[in-house]
Amino acid sequence: MIPTSFDYVRAESLKDALKVLSDGDGSKAIAGGHSLLPIMKFRLAQPPRLVDISRLEELKGITEKGRGARIGAGSTYRELLESELLRERFPIVVEATETIGDLQVRNRGTLGGSLAHADPVSDMPAVMLALDATFNLRSKRGRRSVKAREFFQGAFTTALAEDELLMEIILPPLPSGAGTTYLSHDHPASGYAIVGAAVVVARKRKAVTHAVVGLTGVGEMAYLLRSADSLVGSNGEPDAVARVAGEATTGVEVNGDIHAPAEYRRHLATVITRRALETALERAG
Amino acid sequence: MATIFGSGIKRREDPRLITGAATYTDDLKLSGLTYAAFLRSPYAHARITLIDISEAERAPGVLAVYTGAAVKDRLVPVPCAWNVPNCNLKVPPHPLLAYDKVRYAGDGVAMVIAESRSAARDAIDLIEVDYDPLPGGVDPEKMAQAGAPQLHDEVPNNVAFTWVVAGGDAERAFNEAEVKVEQRIVQQRLLPTAMECRAAVASYNKGTGQLTLWVTSQNPHIHRFLCSVMLKLPEHRVRVISPEVGGGFGSKIPAYPDEVLVSLAAIDLGRPVKWAEDRSENYKVTIHGRDHIEYVELCGTRDGKITGLRTKVYAGLGGYASTAGPGIPTILHGLVYSGPYTIPNIHGTIYGVYTAGTPVDAYRGAGRPEAAFLIERLVDSFAREIGMDPIEIRRKNFIPADKFPYTTATGLTYDSGNYPAALDKALSILDYTAFRKDQAEAREQGRHLGIGVVSYIEICGLGPSQVAGAVGFGGGLYDSANVRVYPTGVVRVYIGGKPHGQGEETTFAQIVAEEFGYPVENIEIVSGDTETTPQGWGTYGSRTTAVCGSAVKVAAQRVKEKARKLAAHLLEANEQDVEWKDGTFSVRGSPDQSKTFAEAALMANLAWNMPAGMEPGLEATAFFDPTNFVYPFGSHLCTVEVDVETGQVHILRYVAVDDCGPPINPMIVDGQVHGGVIQGIGEALQEIAVYDESGQLLTGTMMDYAVPKASQMPHIETAHTVTPSPVNPLGVKGVGEAGTIASAACVVNAVCDALQPFGIRHIDKPLTPARVWAAIQGGKDGNSGKEVAG
Repeated sequence: MIPTSFDYVRAESLKDALKVLSDGDGSKAIAGGHSLLPIMKFRLAQPPRLVDISRLEELKGITEKGRGARIGAGSTYRELLESELLRERFPIVVEATETIGDLQVRNRGTLGGSLAHADPVSDMPAVMLALDATFNLRSKRGRRSVKAREFFQGAFTTALAEDELLMEIILPPLPSGAGTTYLSHDHPASGYAIVGAAVVVARKRKAVTHAVVGLTGVGEMAYLLRSADSLVGSNGEPDAVARVAGEATTGVEVNGDIHAPAEYRRHLATVITRRALETALERAG
Repeated sequence: MATIFGSGIKRREDPRLITGAATYTDDLKLSGLTYAAFLRSPYAHARITLIDISEAERAPGVLAVYTGAAVKDRLVPVPCAWNVPNCNLKVPPHPLLAYDKVRYAGDGVAMVIAESRSAARDAIDLIEVDYDPLPGGVDPEKMAQAGAPQLHDEVPNNVAFTWVVAGGDAERAFNEAEVKVEQRIVQQRLLPTAMECRAAVASYNKGTGQLTLWVTSQNPHIHRFLCSVMLKLPEHRVRVISPEVGGGFGSKIPAYPDEVLVSLAAIDLGRPVKWAEDRSENYKVTIHGRDHIEYVELCGTRDGKITGLRTKVYAGLGGYASTAGPGIPTILHGLVYSGPYTIPNIHGTIYGVYTAGTPVDAYRGAGRPEAAFLIERLVDSFAREIGMDPIEIRRKNFIPADKFPYTTATGLTYDSGNYPAALDKALSILDYTAFRKDQAEAREQGRHLGIGVVSYIEICGLGPSQVAGAVGFGGGLYDSANVRVYPTGVVRVYIGGKPHGQGEETTFAQIVAEEFGYPVENIEIVSGDTETTPQGWGTYGSRTTAVCGSAVKVAAQRVKEKARKLAAHLLEANEQDVEWKDGTFSVRGSPDQSKTFAEAALMANLAWNMPAGMEPGLEATAFFDPTNFVYPFGSHLCTVEVDVETGQVHILRYVAVDDCGPPINPMIVDGQVHGGVIQGIGEALQEIAVYDESGQLLTGTMMDYAVPKASQMPHIETAHTVTPSPVNPLGVKGVGEAGTIASAACVVNAVCDALQPFGIRHIDKPLTPARVWAAIQGGKDGNSGKEVAG
């Protein structure tokens, strides 16, 4: 558990950090280190240099943005849990964060780090998809914005270029009458989702006006369940919910591993999706 | 004075453990320290065709690189120390570093010594090895078949031994039986996962020729002996010190190549050498547990009397026979097939099989959990077959309380017991009838509740040394204590055992405090250094309290006897007129004429005024060798709810009633039960070491191997009955392994009970949601298939 030797620089300014990343030598940005350091210790990653971005003010803070929110990518899980704003406007973020790691992990691990790492079994990508988040990126070359649904491109693969930093996550306001939940069935050792479902629905009186389901753990990356749309206009009847859940893995190549064979994971995805939809619908309106 | 024996005082070792003030092996800092790292085979079974260490030798900071070829003539191969007789045991050499073939992924191939840990680790990557991969396999049943890949040339079909246990006439019992049930059971490989991984620091004094080896050991005296053999050093030149040891669960009993190799390097270099595992290395090379594939049968009468038990067991040994490996599935397993029941006819055949996996040795319970598991699963199956309640069938077959000492069909003599009492106590805590009613109502609502019951016995307090010799154990099984009283009356007790989490610094102090009328603060328990402690045989097999604790008691009694004689002399009274009362020696009838124990201790150490012929000083050493094993027992109950959509098992209640004789410290006993129960629940629900086809350990980190976490575990309700053992002066039995022995079977019984409506008779551990769900679907993974009306 000893990584190969590497250089370490602490970025004192955003400019410094972007400069290091633009050198093109394979340098990696590090914040909480909870994804990067373990793979370095296994020597699966051997970056020659780490640039520590954990003190950059530009990556901090959780603030109002219109009727939504702006989360600095360097916010720790603990800061997400302590945010009154998120608790009030985006309780799904808090609900999902509560399932992550343990106290030490939540104290150090950051939302941006997890999203940039794009582990196919981590919780947050599904939540970001369901919330239709936008990620603001920055490099020496300039700035750009990428929608969550375009950001995740495969297992451990994102739209982020080598020289880019994920700066902030923008959450648009939830629709009125919204109900949300994050429900996951976790592996007892890693705590990662075997299947996790992030659901955002909205109702006007009984009628469903909005329905989005993001799933994680199931395939090579988190994805949106297309059939969720079909709930809109329904009254969220059990049949309608079951139909959507039944499509949870349609068109998806489902992971199979020693913890959950593909056949089980496929089945579990329908159960977790159905239960998450039921909870969110109950909370909506 | 309140009695201290039997009081639940807090553990005296805990403050240093929980404040980080304890010194573990890896904490040692010696001047000139160097570091070792090992190159481990990536293949499970392969021929080594080339090793090139030249680049590693030239790497910065590297002091030496060792290969198997370089050390094989300098070191004796790792001995197997439990040579079970009458089973044609074959123990091929276990080289300290492989030189011709590797036999499991993790087998040592080379060792680097360097100035720093990172330099040693970096140099490992510079060693070039060419392997010629060979077919392997970790399934003990498949590896025992004709035509299976051959691991050791001298062991045909990889069968290390064929051991038979027999009593009565099982064949006849089965031929004549009214009812028979059978089951194939897989008792999966488990990773012991002590919180502290293994580590060693070796230091050699060229001037005196003394080697000092600090090592994570449960039994430093056994390590001294085995290391002296492997190093070809006289035993009195080897000092083994086990400092704080952070758990073992059996994995720190064996002698391993690593600690011997760092000793060799320390001798060569004249500088101390340290090696410490990380968790990935620990999972790969530190022994594993269990690994049985069993074909088991039980027969009996229609009215519920068990008449016979028969087994055929393939026990995986891994690539080499570990220190106690062959003794675990035989002596510690087959001999206890009767459990708490009167089973007149028993026959078991155990095949010990070499497989291309990590060596398998003692893991908490060691052989006995596997026995309790198969018996308790079969008893449930039998009850279901004849439509009898699982509680009733156990009562019907218990050895009656008035039949002790009781000799089983396998030839063991149980010391004492009252099995119905423990079951009654468990049922007084959990209302069985009410639960059955709830269960029926829940089933109507589509919810699946279940209850499991387990009654177990354990063979522990190992044991009489004569028996150890007879069953091929390469050591004694007595233990020892030296009680030394200082001039100011305070006491140090040097013991042969090596506590590593069991709390004996507290409980043994309680034994002495009780004897001397002292607070425990006056007493220190010292263990782990072969230089200061008398010869002992270590801490495992729930033996230390029963055997070493008895030695403490006997030594303390001897000291007190001398103090009494001296007190009589000082009081100018006849010895028979001196009584021990309220913590003082006083003259009968004249309570104002008295001497405390401390006053007698002072005079013994000053020796100004001694009785004629009495030597100065106040200390005694006792070696205690019990006349028999002890047989703790108990009954556990567990209720579960199974989410049949996801296969998730939720434990609702867990009730453990254990009888370990009189508890010295009830809080510590409960702690031992908690830990044991939790390890068994882990085994039942989530722990499994998985290898892929090529022999790679897939559960090689704690991200994949599911050690139970506190938040995943139920509240455990503990209670006790007290049936003293007649074989030691404390009357105590062991309790370290009891929880594990009972709980795995208890949880599986509960889940199978919950799933009766699906016709499921058995699911192999661990009952992960995926396996439970597959069983419900009637899939092959569930190993179900027997249709039973539900």
